[in-house]
Amino acid sequence: MKVRRAASWIQIWKELIFQAVCLLILMASLIALVALLADVYADGFSRLSWDFVTGFPSRFPHRAGILPALLGTIYIMLLTVLLAFPVGVGAAIYFEEYASVEHTRFSQLVEINIANLAAVPSIIYGLLGLAIFVRMLSLGQSLLAGALTLALLVLPVIIIASREALRAVPASLREASFALGATRWQTIRRQVLPLAFPGILTGTILALSRAIGETAPLITIGALTYVAFIPEGLFSPFTVLPIQIFNWISRPQAEFHANAAAAIGVLLPLLFLMNGGAIWLRNRFQKRLR
Amino acid sequence: MRTTIQLLIFVSALALLGCGRSREDALEGLSGTVKVDGSSTVYPITEAVAEEFQREHPNVRVTVGISGTGGGFQKFTRGETDINDASRPIKASEIAAAEQNKIEFIELPVAYDGIAVVVHPKNTWAQSLTVAELKRIWEPAAQGNITRWNQIRYEWPSREIHLFGAGVDSGTYDYFTEAIVGEEGSSRGDFTSSEDDNVLVQGVAQDENALGFFGYAYYEENKDKLKLVALDDENPKDGEGPIHPAPETISNGTYQPLSRPIFIYVKRDAAERPEVQRFIEFYLQNAPMLVREVGYVPLPERAYQLALERFQKRQKGSMFAAGGSQVGVSIEELLRKESGERE
Repeated sequence: MKVRRAASWIQIWKELIFQAVCLLILMASLIALVALLADVYADGFSRLSWDFVTGFPSRFPHRAGILPALLGTIYIMLLTVLLAFPVGVGAAIYFEEYASVEHTRFSQLVEINIANLAAVPSIIYGLLGLAIFVRMLSLGQSLLAGALTLALLVLPVIIIASREALRAVPASLREASFALGATRWQTIRRQVLPLAFPGILTGTILALSRAIGETAPLITIGALTYVAFIPEGLFSPFTVLPIQIFNWISRPQAEFHANAAAAIGVLLPLLFLMNGGAIWLRNRFQKRLR
Repeated sequence: MRTTIQLLIFVSALALLGCGRSREDALEGLSGTVKVDGSSTVYPITEAVAEEFQREHPNVRVTVGISGTGGGFQKFTRGETDINDASRPIKASEIAAAEQNKIEFIELPVAYDGIAVVVHPKNTWAQSLTVAELKRIWEPAAQGNITRWNQIRYEWPSREIHLFGAGVDSGTYDYFTEAIVGEEGSSRGDFTSSEDDNVLVQGVAQDENALGFFGYAYYEENKDKLKLVALDDENPKDGEGPIHPAPETISNGTYQPLSRPIFIYVKRDAAERPEVQRFIEFYLQNAPMLVREVGYVPLPERAYQLALERFQKRQKGSMFAAGGSQVGVSIEELLRKESGERE
């Protein structure tokens, strides 16, 4: 009796220690984020103003603004989603719902390659984009070429995440649907996709959060640094916030470094907004399912 | 699902609407696009010129990229850009690529850039260095051998020397090795390097045993954290004794061998387009003021006139006989010699 009670005390202690460690890890990552934000806003707060957000780049740090870069980032993210989401989800549906039934050697080979592609450094995608979109298809250094390159970059992540989400849908659900006489496509559209959608959205959020901070592939395809006009269409030259930040941080003058901090202070809320929007969408779907 | 789709359509429509917004056309003939790419060292000057130029010609769009001198030349020699910013003269291989693609170019110097050699402010001993001493520190043979200050001069303290220098992909590194070691791209490997000069500034400012080199503009902005080392090339023709870098010594050629001209290269076909032609003329006419504003050293007044003449005559090719980085050149002399030879 005594022994057992001692053991349970140990159990409780273990439990408590484990909780404390988990909390500590959570706090550590949160504190790192808060410290980063505090540092950025301390450096850049004096520069954050409406004029900064709606201004064009300039050699005078106090006159410089980020409008072309901010709009460039927004347009390119929208285009990237429009391009990568349907293709990525389509590929995942094929692999999970169609190819997995046959489970051929070919589909296994493709599967391994997609997993590998997710780990390829982003600059390689930049070189690919330069060779194919900019030169071979002669799209030039345009918004479309940039978005296509970023779409390629995030595609493997979207495919893998979407497949996991589809796989998590119980097979019994599909079987029930078939038993009621539904075709494969009807089953996918009415039963499987709605259930998997929250998971697919989570994967897409992660993928886009990676894409919004990418600089290297866009510099490689020839995204510009000084653009003093708003992008006018799919074939317009463009710049994005990370490139503008990179350029300002490498200038000698401390005032430009403050500008870089302020631009980060705009990029982060944009990221929060994007992620918040996706989470809101996800919650709506989850609610409907209940 | 339907509301989501509606939302998506709404957002894309908004985006397209934003795309369609263009600037009001002014009552002025000049329009079109001028595409510039290339060196990040030259970038601040071109950015300043582009900013002023667009104020005068709001319908012309000037775009500037920072692919680096080499990356920029790759695009330039394929005919993808109109102008290339370059922190060194064009190389033979790049000229060959241009010829293959039938691209002719006009080479125009736009400013001087000095490379500063710096130490920590608490370093009281290293007031000056000769070029020979710098070579002994930086040449490949120094790796693992020259590690203490007293190995350079006997009377200096027996402390470790910590080296900081520009990254091997930068034009600054190319030029420094050519000027000091005597061979472009050849140096010891055991030093802290960064493509971002601000990182080097921080490194030297925090290390009492440091010795570093980077663009003079970065010293100007961090004067309180760094100390300059005067440079003696032991050649009395360009000034006796050790000389500090300063706007005057960089432009009058006495801060040798670490002051260098920087350039723009213009595609000859593009120069026939009125917007490009006007942009280049504007560039050379306003460079003296704008170059100073962004922290570089302007060429002598006369050199800009000669460069403008060179452009107006569409004199193609390089003044440097395809040599890449070259040391100790006076731009004014070169321009004068060239225009004299052809007249």
